[in-house]
Amino acid sequence: MEAIFTFSIVQSALELGCIYSLVALALFISFSILNIADLSTDGCFTLGCAVGAMVTISGHPFLAFPAAMAAGVCSGFVTAFLQTRMGVPSILAGIIVNTGLYTVNIAVMDFSSNVNLFGCDTVFMLAKDLSDAQWYGDWYKILIVAAVVLFVGLVLAWFLNTRLGLSIRATGDNEHMVRASSINPVFTITVGLCVSNSLTALSGVILAQYQKSCDINLGTGMVTIALASLIIGETIIGKGGMFKRVVGVILGSCLYRFIVAVALRLSVPAECLKLVSALIVAFAIAFPYLKGQASFYKTRRLPLKAGGKAGEDGDGLC
Amino acid sequence: MLTLKNISKTFNPGTVNEKKALNHVSLELADGDFATIVGSNGAGKSTLFNAITGSFYVDEGQIILAGEDITYRKEHIRSKEIGHLFQDPMKGSAPHMTIEENMALAYLRASTAAHAFFSRISGKEKQMFREQLSQLDMGLEDRMRQPVGLLSGGQRQALTLLMATMVTPKILLLDEHTAALDPATAEKVLGLTRKIIAQRKITCLMVTHNMHQALELGNRTLMMDGGHIVLDVQGAEREKMTVDDLLMEFKKQAGKQLDNDRILLS
Repeated sequence: MEAIFTFSIVQSALELGCIYSLVALALFISFSILNIADLSTDGCFTLGCAVGAMVTISGHPFLAFPAAMAAGVCSGFVTAFLQTRMGVPSILAGIIVNTGLYTVNIAVMDFSSNVNLFGCDTVFMLAKDLSDAQWYGDWYKILIVAAVVLFVGLVLAWFLNTRLGLSIRATGDNEHMVRASSINPVFTITVGLCVSNSLTALSGVILAQYQKSCDINLGTGMVTIALASLIIGETIIGKGGMFKRVVGVILGSCLYRFIVAVALRLSVPAECLKLVSALIVAFAIAFPYLKGQASFYKTRRLPLKAGGKAGEDGDGLC
Repeated sequence: MLTLKNISKTFNPGTVNEKKALNHVSLELADGDFATIVGSNGAGKSTLFNAITGSFYVDEGQIILAGEDITYRKEHIRSKEIGHLFQDPMKGSAPHMTIEENMALAYLRASTAAHAFFSRISGKEKQMFREQLSQLDMGLEDRMRQPVGLLSGGQRQALTLLMATMVTPKILLLDEHTAALDPATAEKVLGLTRKIIAQRKITCLMVTHNMHQALELGNRTLMMDGGHIVLDVQGAEREKMTVDDLLMEFKKQAGKQLDNDRILLS
């Protein structure tokens, strides 16, 4: 078998890995830290993509970023409002917002199911024109997305260690403690979901400019993919400080893209990709458990190997 | 310091599960009072605490803390001035956050300025946390960067006590906070509680099932039953009271024999 990792595969895996790592970071906030399964992620990603695309088409490639993030904040606020003020269970709140966002997204895209940005200025095109060097032509996309992800990662790690960040982390860690201390969970959940969804939307707008198009179904399955990245990252990096965990999530996202790229390279048909994602997610989530089971069986077998007697004792216990 | 005027709370009103948990309870705690509360399960002790902390709003009556009517004040705003320790040591601190971070959260009560949102734990604060931890004499001051989940139940309860009193609360509510600990650790945590309360003259309410403790600790003993405060002794009357007297009272009030009063005597 010739090289599985060609240069272009590594390159596109890194680019997409960085772009999608923002969604993984969003789920890191909502799922790992706040302990809320935010299922509005799919719709919110498309929302960021659609808002970003429309603002870019109207000639403002830079304004597209804050605009998309603002849209994400609104979406996160509605999800948070439903669960903190209306008594809607958190999973349902996400599903409701996700459903509603479909119409919103279509409306943003002027009631068409896809738009393309060919011929518009995007941040990537503007950056490409900066230099003619050969290496720059190959790497400028990675440079841009890596810079954005690095910036977001650093700000996020800093934010989670501020007092507000600590309050948000405590909210997801121990509700009894939060009730007994002076933290307002309504406020911390709202802030957390707004930040989380703004990152999801940011990822959407970068993808829109990156692939110069936006499709209404772009976000489908996004929550699964991001969850896979998140869990791969947490599995390889393990527990630690906020900075370490944020780096882990970004690495997890890139690794996930490599796995998908390899699957494609091994001629898995593109139609099967969702199934491949689902399998990767299932495996990544099951892995820590299976590892524990494996070591358990190992320790149980030790006395068996040492002599028949111990084995009989073991049977007697059962 | 704390005044309860005729407060009542009924759970599930109008259904077969209707339960009058608090029935016109009135209580006046003076500044620096340390009262113990005894009562059988379901007597309304924890409900009384939850009414004070604001887990729910009372159906009628008034709660006044340090001259301010807090009857309809939200829970997280009240908790700036109320320390609350639970029986379960796991409830008082965030397991996946470090000791330092947990203490910083408790210290949030002290600051009200909006800019404090984006401030980080300063070196000066770390130093202060370290000094306070060293008072516990459990070696926690050298483990400040470890997650709280690694601590034992006793260590966690001691930490929670420290956190609840870091910013002196107007009232401290202790809900059987040593009941889940082994005897030696319970003794230690209780000693700390006494020390902190005495040093800072904190007004305190403490639920206990230990009749001996109920008479020995603090300056006042309350007994609850069926949502009422049925006994309130202090001063000379309390001095004279023995564990047996209290048990007799307990039986009389409960209106039934306790089959396990040997346990209560402990």
